[in-house]
Amino acid sequence: MIASLDERIRTLLRRVPAPGMGVENSSRHTNLGDRAFRGATFLFTFMIVVLSGIMVYQMIDGSTLSLREFGLGFVTSQIWDPVQEKFGALPFVYGTVVSSLVALILAIPLSLGVAVFLAELAPRWLERILSFMVELLAAIPSIVYGLWGMFVMVPWIRETIEPPLSEHLGFLPIFEGAPYGFGMLAAGLILTVMIVPIIASISRDALKSVPRAQREAAYALGATRWETITLVVKYARSGIFGATLLGLGRALGETMAVTMVIGNRPIISASLFDPGYTMASVLANEFTEATTELYLHALIEIALLLFTITIIVNMLARLLMWTMSRTISQGGRA
Amino acid sequence: MSRWYYYKRKAVNGLVLSLSGVAAAVVLVPLLLIFFHTISHGIAIISVDFLTQMPKPVGESGGGMANAIVGTLILIGLGSVVGVPIGVLAGVYLAEFGENRFAHVVRFLTDVLSGVPSIVVGVVAYTIVVLPMKQFSALAGGFALGILMIPTITRTTEEMMRLVPHSFREAGLALGIPQWKTTLRIVLRTALKGIATGIVLSIARIAGETAPLLFTALGNRFWSTDILHPIASLTVFIYDYARAPFEEWNNQAWAAALVLISIITILSLLFRFFSRSRYEGQHS
Repeated sequence: MIASLDERIRTLLRRVPAPGMGVENSSRHTNLGDRAFRGATFLFTFMIVVLSGIMVYQMIDGSTLSLREFGLGFVTSQIWDPVQEKFGALPFVYGTVVSSLVALILAIPLSLGVAVFLAELAPRWLERILSFMVELLAAIPSIVYGLWGMFVMVPWIRETIEPPLSEHLGFLPIFEGAPYGFGMLAAGLILTVMIVPIIASISRDALKSVPRAQREAAYALGATRWETITLVVKYARSGIFGATLLGLGRALGETMAVTMVIGNRPIISASLFDPGYTMASVLANEFTEATTELYLHALIEIALLLFTITIIVNMLARLLMWTMSRTISQGGRA
Repeated sequence: MSRWYYYKRKAVNGLVLSLSGVAAAVVLVPLLLIFFHTISHGIAIISVDFLTQMPKPVGESGGGMANAIVGTLILIGLGSVVGVPIGVLAGVYLAEFGENRFAHVVRFLTDVLSGVPSIVVGVVAYTIVVLPMKQFSALAGGFALGILMIPTITRTTEEMMRLVPHSFREAGLALGIPQWKTTLRIVLRTALKGIATGIVLSIARIAGETAPLLFTALGNRFWSTDILHPIASLTVFIYDYARAPFEEWNNQAWAAALVLISIITILSLLFRFFSRSRYEGQHS
């Protein structure tokens, strides 16, 4: 109760005009220093807008040749042949989407479990330790994930995971073929490890921000702990969904770890055992090798494509999280 | 019937709650494994020589990565030159004058910017810096890292300045101090520790970045501190040595990873320490 009152005061305070505004209006002799200060900070803030604009412009400008040459065919063509100067991005789009989806399918239940455990079940001391470790997991650089993936996880997948899968479920097209280790499955697994901390920690925050009254009401009606948690999860669903999209955005743009385990071959294959290639990996591998201008423009167009996809996913995520915080502030008032 | 239903609910409750505990345990396995493998592979290689010597040519054993450590420090420095002023001042603007539409747009932009893949930022730095200068350079790498720092610093600066009680600003203004001085000398100073924490956090992030350096700073097997030329970095060193077909180089990659992880862990512990003492200061 006290906490919510405090929160309300804070939101009220936020609505009070910023300190400068009232003063500026009331005094005619606006201090020159004030104006200069405001102008200077505004200038640096404006640079963020300019930078964002430049980023978009540079990518469009840098890919004009390829945009003009291939048009929409760029995203539907499967052929990537730098020697013949034929560029189609479909294998990379496919690799990016499929590896991220594999990761998402594995990561969603895992991170929900972790989030529920941290927010609802763990005692405070355990929660603190676990939260710190989850944060640490999120802070490990992707190159270290890649190194570990290459030398530890890939051999493990090749020897322990893929043989039984192909033996028992080999009739499924996704588990067909020889177990290489390097491939789509490895990429999906390493991405899972990388996005679980993100989804779990944001979902935990979403769960924790659900008003206490919701839980108390459920308990008062005789719900078990789990039944209460399902209600809490339902209440926080837009926040959790936003967290998932943020994780997806991270997976789509992840470069190093994926490049080191996916096998880097521009083919489209239904089997997760086969190697693949992603948009980010092709940039990492071929950007310095782009010998002709059209080749370079095609690569920059891939960057533009990747940028557009991740921006859309991230904007959706932010929108959902805003919705979440709005419903909660309304729930607190009711 | 109702008793059976009751037991069923209890059983489901117990089952699902323990599954959630299992999930928490499973997630920690990779963390522990990564630490275990990095330490067990890397610890044998790390020595004073490894940290202070230059890389040796193929075939010769030994050698170190002094140039990569120095390169990473230079890149962090360059990134901070770009990222810190923009980040901090934009944060100040958003906190003090940020009740207009422009500020909301900027907030949204920084949120979105923080989701842009780092390799895309590398591509942009390539087209802005490398193409016109016709030269891979530390400068281009630092530029890319700087852009990546901006969202984190802007957000933490704004949040920390907003935490400073309103009465501080009013007290300053009531004493007849101009607003810019109030903001700089009172508000910014009170929030300084939190802002520094945000900067440390963003440095911890960019210290581990590889993708935006691949075609900007490129990497360098030789000693270089010239910001207009390619420069080595810890992360690109790990990438190159991990893919090399020599076992000794692979082991050196593990050792470099151990150094990198240690740096980042120390930075995030510093972050924890600072942020905790800040909250304690508030309560007292």
